[in-house]
Amino acid sequence: MRNRGVEFAVGLFVLAGLLCTAWLAVRLGKMEAVGGEGYPVQARFLDVTGLKAGSAVEMAGVRVGRVESIGLSPEKRAVVTMRIDKGVTLTDDAIVSVRSSGLIGDKFLKITPGGGDPVKPGALLTETESSVDIQELMGKYVFGGVKEEKK
Amino acid sequence: MVTDPEAPPANPVTRLGAASLDAVASLGSYAVFTARGLWHMVSLPWQWSKVVRQVYFVGVKSVLVIALIGLFTGMVLGLQGYYTLVKFGAEGLLGAAVSLSVIRELGPVLTAIMVAGRAGSSMAAELGIMRISEQIDALDAMDVDPVRYLAGPRFAAALVSFPLLTAMFDVIAMIGGHLTGVTLLGVGPGVYWGRIHDSVVLEDVTGGFVKALVFALLVASVSCWQGFYAHRRPGGFGARGVGLATTSAVVASCVAILAGDYVLTSFLM
Repeated sequence: MRNRGVEFAVGLFVLAGLLCTAWLAVRLGKMEAVGGEGYPVQARFLDVTGLKAGSAVEMAGVRVGRVESIGLSPEKRAVVTMRIDKGVTLTDDAIVSVRSSGLIGDKFLKITPGGGDPVKPGALLTETESSVDIQELMGKYVFGGVKEEKK
Repeated sequence: MVTDPEAPPANPVTRLGAASLDAVASLGSYAVFTARGLWHMVSLPWQWSKVVRQVYFVGVKSVLVIALIGLFTGMVLGLQGYYTLVKFGAEGLLGAAVSLSVIRELGPVLTAIMVAGRAGSSMAAELGIMRISEQIDALDAMDVDPVRYLAGPRFAAALVSFPLLTAMFDVIAMIGGHLTGVTLLGVGPGVYWGRIHDSVVLEDVTGGFVKALVFALLVASVSCWQGFYAHRRPGGFGARGVGLATTSAVVASCVAILAGDYVLTSFLM
């Protein structure tokens, strides 16, 4: 015996549940199809403390991509792979800086555009500014390291 | 535990041994029952119409209570989160606080506990009554595998319904957080949803669904097993056994959910 009413209700329930799942996974979880949208660009830093995979990449305050992965190069530098949105072109002299939104805010990458040649997907940007270690800065201030460095 | 009325009274060490053997036997019976239920969930021929009926019972009938619990959980998180974050001048983080706590933790756990109370108890009672009224024995006599006929569709229905209900809970709870945080307390809607969008990553969402699937298996297997063997309960038999099985199904499911949650969270972190 088939009960059309029950089947309709179950169909509706599954549809609503799948819609919620899709919204969570695609819209919030930023699930990407194989390869993902946009193109990868790498940048080498001395220090990326606080930066995480998924952090925002911004240019002039506009989100233009996200951090895909963070790894260590053979010469012990942090190499960050960013995925930059399609339609946004970076130049080889663009400056990539690790910035923080507020005192306790998340770290993000800020790109200051340059005027050089456009980069190809997978290129390595070397003009970078690392994150500021506030404790190290305070230590230098307290123990006079700041002045010594100025000399 | 079967005791011989003419045997001498047992000393504490004997009683401890008997209790340990009982516990191991129960655990073994539960493991075998769960493995058989899982196998019969995917064994041919599939029991589509029975699964649909169980999804209707476990999933569709739980939507209203899940929606209500989700809404109020989100609202209270919005309220608590706002008054905590405003002390640090960080009320802009409200969206992140509500969404991450709901998606990672509260969504799967509260959904599972509510469904264990609503559907798990009823599974145990239904199977328990079928057991004491000898319907399960009748199935056995007709050469119909009762685990396949009764547990398989319930396992499948729980595994389908729990993730969907959890997804609904998550979305409704974030809307609840919006109601208190944005509508009542004045956080900017762009800041609230922007923060949610920035802070939630795919690992959070998949972690929540992994939890929902594990909890589904725990609730369905514990509830069905309690009902299926209601006649073997040491505390009583007949109607009393069914009552005890139903209570145990809910209590054991909730304990299993929370203990499993701790283990899963430590793996997913």
